[in-house]
Amino acid sequence: MTSIFVIIAIIIVALSMIGILIRVILGPTLADRVIALDALGITLMAMIALFSVLTNTKYLFVILLLIGILAFLGTAAFAKFMDKGEIIENDRNDTY
Amino acid sequence: MIETILISISVIMMVIGAFFSLFAALGILRLPDVFSRAHASGKASTLGVMLILTGVLIYFIGKDGHFNVQLLLGIIFIFITGPLAGHLVSRSAYYMGVRPSERTVRDDLKDAK
Repeated sequence: MTSIFVIIAIIIVALSMIGILIRVILGPTLADRVIALDALGITLMAMIALFSVLTNTKYLFVILLLIGILAFLGTAAFAKFMDKGEIIENDRNDTY
Repeated sequence: MIETILISISVIMMVIGAFFSLFAALGILRLPDVFSRAHASGKASTLGVMLILTGVLIYFIGKDGHFNVQLLLGIIFIFITGPLAGHLVSRSAYYMGVRPSERTVRDDLKDAK
């Protein structure tokens, strides 16, 4: 009885992932694609949590935390790239 | 008895969170410009995923009596970094030169550079 509702939730989350993927493909600017990719990573976390309920295991939660941290790091790096043009600034000749 | 109540609450939270995620995807698809899409992604998607993860946490408490701290850490991490990522990307998009849509009434950042 529980697994029916979990499968329904998995189908709804998969539909939302398809919608976000359409925005990644046809987004007009770069920022649209970055926002949609961030939402895709977060939705992937929800998908992995639902699969861990469906398959009744506890070993998928490490992957869930790892995906969250990697999605935030990628989005922050891309935001800094859009802002300044480079991600890690290594000018050694700056005089402070 | 208490296990049935906990599992029922967790299943309800999972389904509501999945619908919030679907509404976030609809907002990302249908809203007109970058800033309103960041609005939809930063709030609705974060709340949906937090509801789903809280449902999974309560499910494993009710089923095995197993409290998973990694899942709690994931919920807190999503709560901190979800709106922050939307803020970073929309700020960079404004300074990169992406204009808001024509229906925008007021632009407070017009002469901030």
